[in-house]
Amino acid sequence: MIEIRNLVVEIEGQRILDGLNLTVKDGEVAAIMGPNGSGKSTLSYVVAGREDYEVLDGEVLLNGENILEMAPDERAAAGVFLAFQYPLEIPGVGTMTFLKAAMNAQRRHRGEPELATADFMKRVNNAAEGLGISKDMLKRALNVGFSGGEKKRMEILQMALLQPAFCILDETDSGLDIDALKIVADGVNALRSPDRSFLVITHYQRLLNHIVPDTVHVMAKGRIVKSGGKELALELEANGYADYRNLAA
Amino acid sequence: MAIVTPMKTPAETSLEGAFARLRDTLPGAAAERRAAFARYAERGLPHRRVEEWKYTDLRAALRDAAPLAERPAAVPAGAPDLGAPRFLIANGHVLSAPASLPAGVTAVSLREALTAGHPALSALGDPLAAGNAAVELNTAFMTDGIILTVESGVTVTEPLHLAFVNEGSQPFATAARVLVMVGGGASVTLLETHQGPAGVAYQPNTMVEIVAGDGARVDHARLNGEGDAAIVLSSLSLRLGRETELTSVNGVFGAALSRHQVFATFAGESAKASINGLALLSRTQHADSTLVVDHAEPGGESRELFRTVVDDEAAGVFQGKIIVRQKAQKTDGRMMSGALLLGEASAMYNKPELEIFADDVACAHGATCGALDEDLLFYLMARGLPKPEAEALLLQAFVGEVVETVSNEAMREVLTGRIESWLKARAAR
Repeated sequence: MIEIRNLVVEIEGQRILDGLNLTVKDGEVAAIMGPNGSGKSTLSYVVAGREDYEVLDGEVLLNGENILEMAPDERAAAGVFLAFQYPLEIPGVGTMTFLKAAMNAQRRHRGEPELATADFMKRVNNAAEGLGISKDMLKRALNVGFSGGEKKRMEILQMALLQPAFCILDETDSGLDIDALKIVADGVNALRSPDRSFLVITHYQRLLNHIVPDTVHVMAKGRIVKSGGKELALELEANGYADYRNLAA
Repeated sequence: MAIVTPMKTPAETSLEGAFARLRDTLPGAAAERRAAFARYAERGLPHRRVEEWKYTDLRAALRDAAPLAERPAAVPAGAPDLGAPRFLIANGHVLSAPASLPAGVTAVSLREALTAGHPALSALGDPLAAGNAAVELNTAFMTDGIILTVESGVTVTEPLHLAFVNEGSQPFATAARVLVMVGGGASVTLLETHQGPAGVAYQPNTMVEIVAGDGARVDHARLNGEGDAAIVLSSLSLRLGRETELTSVNGVFGAALSRHQVFATFAGESAKASINGLALLSRTQHADSTLVVDHAEPGGESRELFRTVVDDEAAGVFQGKIIVRQKAQKTDGRMMSGALLLGEASAMYNKPELEIFADDVACAHGATCGALDEDLLFYLMARGLPKPEAEALLLQAFVGEVVETVSNEAMREVLTGRIESWLKARAAR
């Protein structure tokens, strides 16, 4: 379970998150929707531990433990996973090398033994198959020359391999055609489980037809201004965010 | 009238004394040695007001010139085994040669050749390097080395390993010289490794000359694994015939101060060369890569890729000059130097130069300097990699691109191993 309490965040003196409160229970899929500039991506980066932000107040509790003092790798080992809106290309770093390094780093952190190569390969191949990730993609440098859809699928592959407790999907639907969207959504749905929670950040209702949320939250000016069930997303799609911009003022 | 005599440094005085003492006992080439020393002595040791040495002040770095090392009595241990026929050159003297050489390859020691005469000696010396202090001093003092000849048309499948090993507990100097004559259409791989004791300010000055005949193919890779206090000068002369293809990669890990100079002459039409380098520097290390690429004939293609990682208070230097003579139309030259600066006081000096006298050419150069990309680091850390590990992965990828240009697998492994231990040592600090 993740609890965000009164989170206040600034970047270069500008307030982005302004007393945000949000709880996502185990097994819950929460969607956050909101207009551009409402602070959605900042929220995802702050939870994952990016350094550029100044946290002035508040807590982020993962199963009761405040993770805000932890380095990004410690948060990852504790179970936080951010699927990036724009996954980075890393020339010269082989995808398999990276996957193995990430999995083993987390295992070491938790005091578990490193994976044997055969076991590692089996896990990767199984997960890759379901996401339509070819052997050729796995042989290339991480995300280098991948299409937008391939990059997003690679994010979900990492999620599947790392088995996090709390997954943030930051506009995972952006840049995806409908087929790619379905593959990604199926990948996410396959990972839904009673002990894993998701925070799905999106502009559009479309993604939520495929990843059906338990709760929907509207964010504006750095706060959650309305929460409801999945029907709230449909209402937003029909009416836009105009009503909520004023609510936050 | 006042007579102005430039003040000589102790090192310059020692060099003069040493040359006067040794010139009659060094093997052969008496006239060439004297001429070379005179060319050196005109200007003395180069310093920062000499443009080509602006970032590497040899006069200041060389407090004194150490005595030329004698031939060691025993074979020093520790040269890497690359699974290739190996020439062992210890302190500038040939200690051993392979029991048998691949068909079409002959070798003679330079000392023997200089004493008894050898037809290849006429090829010794590179006009492009004339007046260069390191080269002239090597010619003046050269003690020994190898003359390797690869017959025309022969494909040598086994690589040939030139293992330079230095040994001693007090400062000493070396002056080894290697000449490789590759016949037309022949193909050969040359591997050079250099190593020496830690904590001793020894001064190796080596020169390797490769003369490649028309249509020859040469792959050359070099490892600077010298001791941490060494002051190292090395020169590589490349003379390329028509349609030759050559690659040369230099990996720098060792030495307190090193300067690796490459003089490449495209002496025949449509020759191709890629000259690459990587360096991993820490503490107060200083490493200089200086290139002069002279396109004298049309249709040549030159590629240079240099990657330097600089930590602590270390400094890297890249000077690359591409000359395109008027005749050398359709030359295609591209030079790239990239550096990652890891420490607050780390420094990199990039100086790319183009001198183009032909009008139908494609030449480009680029130089970058920067810190590790914070976005990439965050991405890797967000997947669970601790910062040192994430940094190491990115650094390995950065220099790995140069390692991949080494054709010989054993040498690639040696370089990769050195990179990994450098990164481990860094993470442990």
